[in-house]
Amino acid sequence: MYQSFQEIINIEKTSGKSFWEIVRDDDCKEMELTAQEAFQRMKEMYEAMQNADASYDPALSSASGLVGRDGAKIAAAREKDTLLCGPFLGLVMEKAIKMGESNACMKRIVAAPTAGSCGVLPAVFLSLEEAKGYPEEEMVKALYVSAGIGGIIAQRASVSGAAGGCQAEIGAASAMAAGGVAYLLGGDGDTIAHAAALAMKNLLGLACDPVAGLVEVPCVKRNVIGAVNALTSADLSNAGIRSKIPPDEVFDAMRSVGRMLPEDLKETGKGGLAATPTGIAFRDNLKTF
Amino acid sequence: MNSFDIIGPVMVGPSSSHTAGAAKIGNISRKLLGTPVQNADIFFHGSFLATGKGHGTDKALIAGLLGFAVDDPRIADSFRYAEETGMQYRMSGIDLGEVHPNSVKLLLTGTDGRKIEIVAASVGGGAIQVTEIDGLPANFSGDYPTLVVNNVDQPGHVTEITSMLSHKSINIATMQLYRSGKGGNAVIVLECDQEVPDTAIRWLAHLEGILKVTYLGLKDNI
Repeated sequence: MYQSFQEIINIEKTSGKSFWEIVRDDDCKEMELTAQEAFQRMKEMYEAMQNADASYDPALSSASGLVGRDGAKIAAAREKDTLLCGPFLGLVMEKAIKMGESNACMKRIVAAPTAGSCGVLPAVFLSLEEAKGYPEEEMVKALYVSAGIGGIIAQRASVSGAAGGCQAEIGAASAMAAGGVAYLLGGDGDTIAHAAALAMKNLLGLACDPVAGLVEVPCVKRNVIGAVNALTSADLSNAGIRSKIPPDEVFDAMRSVGRMLPEDLKETGKGGLAATPTGIAFRDNLKTF
Repeated sequence: MNSFDIIGPVMVGPSSSHTAGAAKIGNISRKLLGTPVQNADIFFHGSFLATGKGHGTDKALIAGLLGFAVDDPRIADSFRYAEETGMQYRMSGIDLGEVHPNSVKLLLTGTDGRKIEIVAASVGGGAIQVTEIDGLPANFSGDYPTLVVNNVDQPGHVTEITSMLSHKSINIATMQLYRSGKGGNAVIVLECDQEVPDTAIRWLAHLEGILKVTYLGLKDNI
């Protein structure tokens, strides 16, 4: 996979290929697949996201009891049209919460890039397809854009909460989604790269502080900010706004911030929200073997 | 690395390390046993012990022992499936010492009476490492066809195995040797690029000084 936005943008300029095609072609080489086979595999990922969204069960709670059933609440508010953010962002919020809850309740999801951040990409892409009528084929291409961005992040920084904090999970997912949306809005490689960079800058340093060490609090609800942040960042970039720090440097900063974060804020369940009196009480009440 | 390491895997939640990894450990352990599991004694260590219940590590591990894949929606109900198939299990905590925090020890008995003891760790992103088999160290991921040969520590066994693999045109990806002590029990672990045929495994098992041959194939033939 490519290690920098600059590499992809250079290829885009010399070959005339689109960002998503450049990422796909690299997969074809790496995995010995034809272009059609590679596209089909990504389509299966998109369909798995659709199925996961459709199979949300509003009656389920997680084993700990900390999360579940909130998806129905936001859905009800959206239907009553009482959301300040409006129907489209309402749909995005609803899908993000639902997917995060499905994950916590042991349903089948697509890690993108991680299980804890599995709600960000589907919330953004499924909502855009549903509300704005993009054809499914475009959504698969957008997923390829996101994958390319994730590859850059994984190599320049990290896509693991234990290694880089939540910026490497919700932050990475948000940057990936932002680039995908920028593509859908007609953006070129530069616009895609800046959308991703703007998204990451907003979430740099985000702590991974799961209560009782579970992928529940605050993970589920953070999928909402990851998704909404992706949309605003894509809009900013497509409007012509640029990150003053070049995209590749933003992700280098993410790496160094991840290293500086104390271990207590990297998925150990020891710091932040996990270390509050209520967080500790939840942990102490947890059943063990 | 490719795009599907980033978008994917498709898995049952909530955690790639504590759920998907646990299901994979169960699956690999079942294949190493080589026969359906009749009885499982499961000992959770570290983070698996502390947060395993909340992450469904217990359900995922049982699901894996039943042969369910990491994206099988039946994982959430695996206890019920275990009851239906008559698989017995006991779970408890253990301190395995200075090992990976997401470690588990398994004592398995198969429906044909075969036994195996395995220690494995979920090392992140759904990847695993088998760290001990039958009391001797090992170090493999389960992503390759893997041959584990317990033998008496005496000259010639490495040559026997490697020439057999060469004869079958099987390339060795990694190879490890461990022993309990000079002339005692030894183990040879080989990760291969191709599947090792049954006939070759049976041939190995009958050689003098070979105590046990365990094979992990990528296909589930159980």
